[in-house]
Amino acid sequence: MKHVILVGNGMTSFKLCEKLRKLSGDIRITVYGEEIRPAYDRVHLSEYFAGKTADDLLMAPRGWYHEQGITLHTGELVTEIDRANKTIRTHHGITDHYDYLVLATGSGAFVPPLEGVALDGVFVYRTIEDLNQIIEYGRHSRTAAVLGGGLLGLEAAKALVDLNLEAHVVEFAPRLMPRQLDDAGAMILAHKLTEIGITVHTGKATKRIAGDDRITALEFADGTALPVDMLVISAGIRPRDEVAKACGLAVHGRGGILVDDYLRTSDEHIFAIGEAAVHNNMVYGLVAPGYDMADVVARQLTGDLSKTFTGFDMSTKLKLLGVDVGSFGDPFGETPGSIPIAFQDRCNGVYKRINISADRKHLLGGILVGDASQYNIFHQMVANKIPLPAQPESLIIGTPGKEDEGAGVKSLPDTAQICSCENITKGDLISQIRDHGARTIDELKKTTKACTGCGGCTPLVNDVLKMTLEGLGVVVKKTLCEHFAFTRQDLYDIIKIEGIRTYDALLDKHGVGDGCEICKPAVASLLASIWNEVIAEQATIQDTNDRFLANIQRGGTYSVVPRIAGGEITPKKLMAIGRIAEKYNLYTKITGGQRIDMFGAQVHELPLIWEELIQEGFESGHAYGKSLRTIKSCVGSTWCRYGVQDSVSFAVFIENRYKGLRAPHKFKGAVSGCIRECAEAQSKDFGIIATEKGWNLYVCGNGGARPQHAKLLVTDVDTDTCVRLIDRFLMYYIKTADPLTRTATWLNKMEGGLEHLRQVVVEDSLGIGETLEKEMAALMANYECEWKKVVETPALRAQYRHFINDEASDDTLSFVDLRGQKMPTDWNRK
Amino acid sequence: MESMNELTTYTSPNSTDVAHWYRAARTTDFPENGGACVKYGDQQIAVFNFSRRAEWYACQNLCPHKMQMVLSRGMIGTASGEAKVACPFHKKTFSLHTGQCLNAEEASITVYPVKVVDGFVYIGFTA
Repeated sequence: MKHVILVGNGMTSFKLCEKLRKLSGDIRITVYGEEIRPAYDRVHLSEYFAGKTADDLLMAPRGWYHEQGITLHTGELVTEIDRANKTIRTHHGITDHYDYLVLATGSGAFVPPLEGVALDGVFVYRTIEDLNQIIEYGRHSRTAAVLGGGLLGLEAAKALVDLNLEAHVVEFAPRLMPRQLDDAGAMILAHKLTEIGITVHTGKATKRIAGDDRITALEFADGTALPVDMLVISAGIRPRDEVAKACGLAVHGRGGILVDDYLRTSDEHIFAIGEAAVHNNMVYGLVAPGYDMADVVARQLTGDLSKTFTGFDMSTKLKLLGVDVGSFGDPFGETPGSIPIAFQDRCNGVYKRINISADRKHLLGGILVGDASQYNIFHQMVANKIPLPAQPESLIIGTPGKEDEGAGVKSLPDTAQICSCENITKGDLISQIRDHGARTIDELKKTTKACTGCGGCTPLVNDVLKMTLEGLGVVVKKTLCEHFAFTRQDLYDIIKIEGIRTYDALLDKHGVGDGCEICKPAVASLLASIWNEVIAEQATIQDTNDRFLANIQRGGTYSVVPRIAGGEITPKKLMAIGRIAEKYNLYTKITGGQRIDMFGAQVHELPLIWEELIQEGFESGHAYGKSLRTIKSCVGSTWCRYGVQDSVSFAVFIENRYKGLRAPHKFKGAVSGCIRECAEAQSKDFGIIATEKGWNLYVCGNGGARPQHAKLLVTDVDTDTCVRLIDRFLMYYIKTADPLTRTATWLNKMEGGLEHLRQVVVEDSLGIGETLEKEMAALMANYECEWKKVVETPALRAQYRHFINDEASDDTLSFVDLRGQKMPTDWNRK
Repeated sequence: MESMNELTTYTSPNSTDVAHWYRAARTTDFPENGGACVKYGDQQIAVFNFSRRAEWYACQNLCPHKMQMVLSRGMIGTASGEAKVACPFHKKTFSLHTGQCLNAEEASITVYPVKVVDGFVYIGFTA
C-alpha cells in the first residue's frame, strides 16, 4: 500500500487527511505534528480568550484520526528528510519510510530583528501555547501593545482587550490593514477601534524594545516612546522551510518551499501545501487557498491529475472587534481603467468602495468597512462577472434591506462558488437539495461541508436552500422538534380545542418519544398562554429560569426582580428592597426597564427572599419568563412641563393589566407623555406616545442584537380603544408566532406585513377581534402571583434547595468584590 | 444484571464495577421527569427521575462547557430514543447513557449507575 507522510498537523494538513480518506481508503497515512495537540482551528484562535477551550478549537478529536486509520504522532518534529532513501527522522529519533511526502509545515511568526525581542513580556501570536503565555503574563500587566496592524495583529489586539488590558496597535505603514484597505477605509476602522479603547499608532517605525530584563517601552524612530508592560509581535508570517532547505529542496529567497501548479517541490515525491509553500512568488496566509491546495494534492495522490492550483482570490471578510471589514477582488482598483465609486459615512462609521471596469459593465473589487453585509454578493458578482445595474452606485448607496434578499442568489450561475473554504458551488448545493433530498442547513453542512470552515457563507447557503426548496414546491413545515410534527400554531389550537392541561397529556396524545429541551418549554409556554395556570405546578418542563422563577446567572446563582409597574415606587418600598438585598448580600443594579435587579441569590434563598418581598407588598416581576417584562414610562404631564398626557398612570395600568401574561417570547412596552418620546416607546413590542388628542400606538419594535423601530399602527385613539387594540395585538401574536419569536421578527415574516396586521387588529378583517379580547380577559382573570403561590405551598417550596440529601449550600460558588458589591468569579478562572 | 428483589436497576456500562452503592434519597424526593442534586462527600451528583420511562440516571453535576454546577437543574428528554440532559446555561446536551456531548464538541460527562430499592435511590460508585 502506498504510504503518504504528512509533515505538520495544522488546518491544511487536517484537510488533506480528510480529503485523502474521502477519495481512497487504500493509502496508508501518517502525520507528524510538532505541537502537542492535534490540528486546531487557528482562524478562530482569538475565541480562546473569549472563553473557548483548546478542545473547542480542535478540528477533530484525536479519536477521529484513529477511526480513519490515520497514524498521528504529535509532539514530534521532523528534523531530517533523506530523499535518496525516502525516509524522515524526528527529533526523538523515529524514522519512517514514505512513498510520497507532503510538507505542511505552516509558518512561524516573523520577528523583526529588533533590539530587545528576547526580553520578558515579548510574545508572538501563533499557537495555543503562545496564547497561554500571553494570558498568564497579562494577569500582571496593565498595558499592552501589538506590533503590526494587519489582520492578525488586530485579532491579537482583540485578545488583549478581552484580557482587560489597555491595548495599543503599532503599525509601520501609514494605515491599518495596508494589504486589504485603502486610506479612507482604514481611517474609519481606526476610528472605530479608538471608540472601543484601542489606541492606534500608524506610521511608526519601531527602533528598539526597551527594558532591562522585561519590556518597559517601545522606542520609535521619530524619537517618541510608548511605555507598555507587554508586547505581542504580529508583524507577518515566515514559512517554515528549515527541513526542506536542509534536504536541498528549492526554496524562495525570502523563505518558503517552491512549488509548481501541482504543488510539487523540486523533488517529484515531495509536495508542499499551505503557508509553507510559495506558488508563483506568493505565500497564501489564508485558510481557503490552503484547503484548495490540499484538494489538489489529495487528487494527485489518488491519480487524478486534472486539477491544478492556479493562484487564489485573496478576498477576506471578517469581524474585527465588532467591526465588519471586507476586502474583495481588486480592492485598490489597480486594474487599468477601473473606476472607483465610494461612499463614506463617518457619522455611522461606514465606508464602501467598489471598483468597476472601464466599460462600466463589471465589478472588479472593493472594500467594505463598518457594514459588510453585501460582501458575499459583491464577491460573487466579481467572481462570476455578473453584469452591473445601469446605476452601479445604487449598489452601495441604495437602501439596504429593501431589495429581495433571495434575488442576489437567483442571479448567480450554478458554477458560482458559494463556500470558498470547501469550494462548494451553487450547483453542488442545488444538487444536494434536489437530487439527494437535503432539506435543512444542517443536512447541507453535513453532506457538503459548506459553512464548516470560516462560516461566512452561511447566509448565502441559506438563501440557496430557500430558493431551491421554493422552486421544488417543497412546503417547509416548521415542526417543533422530533417529538411533535406540528407547528406552534397547530399545537395552540390542539391544546385549546381539546382542553389539554399538561405536557404529558399532549405528548401521549399527539407526540412521539419522551420530549426534549425544545418542545418542553415551548409547550409550557403554550399552556401558560392558553390557561394561565401557575407554571410551578409543572416545574420540570420549564426552562431553568421558569423552573425556579428567577434568572440563572453566571456561577449558578439567581437574580430576583420584583415588579415595579411603570417604574413608579414609594420610598418605603425602595427601602424594603434595600433592606432585603443587604440582608441576603445581593448585588443590586437598576435595570433597563426601570426596576431593580438583585443578583447572587442561592436557590434555597429564593423563597426566603420572596417571602419578605411579598410581605412588603411586592409581586413577581416575571423577569425570568417569556412574558411581559416592563412598561417603561417617562414622567408625563403630572410633573413634566412638556407632558400632554399622564404617561405614568397609563403605564402602571397597562403593566398591571398584562403582568404574568406568557407569550412566545418576552415582550416589553413603554408610554411616553409627549412627542419627545423619553420612554423610548418606539423600541418596544408595543409603544404608546401621547398626542394632544389621545394616543399613538406603535407595534413590533425591539432593541437587542437587531434593533428595529416600532411601526405606527393607529393615531390619536382614546385610552379605551388603545387598550382594546393592544389586547387584540398581543393575543394575535400569542396565537400565531413561532416559538421564541419576538414581535418584530413575527411581523417581518408575516405575509402582508404591517398592512395585514392593521387589517386584523384595527379593522377586524378576520372577524376575530371580539374573540381575541375575550381570550385576553380570561387570561387576566386567571392571574395569580406565582411567587406567592410557591411561598405558600410547602410542596413547591421544597424544590428550592441545592442538595436533595443535605442542607448544605453549594460550596463551589465563589465571589469577588466589585466596587463594594459582590460579583461571581470569572467562569474561565474558576 | 437485574436482581429479583430490586424494583428496578438502571445501569451505565460499568455497573459491574460498583464497589459502593450510596443511598441518596427517597424516590419521592425527586421531581417527576426532572432532576435534583445529591451530595456525596465533596462531589455533586445530578440524579434524574425519568418517570415517563420509569428510568433513573445519574451524572456529574458539573457542565464541562463553562464549568458550572448546574446539570441537575437541566431539562431531560430524548434524542432518537437516547435519554439526555440539556444544561440550563447554554443547552449543551449530554447522553445519560454514555455521557457524550450530543450537540457540540464538549468533553464527556461521567455517568453513574443508579438503582432503586425499597423506595430509595442508590448511586453506584467504584470507590
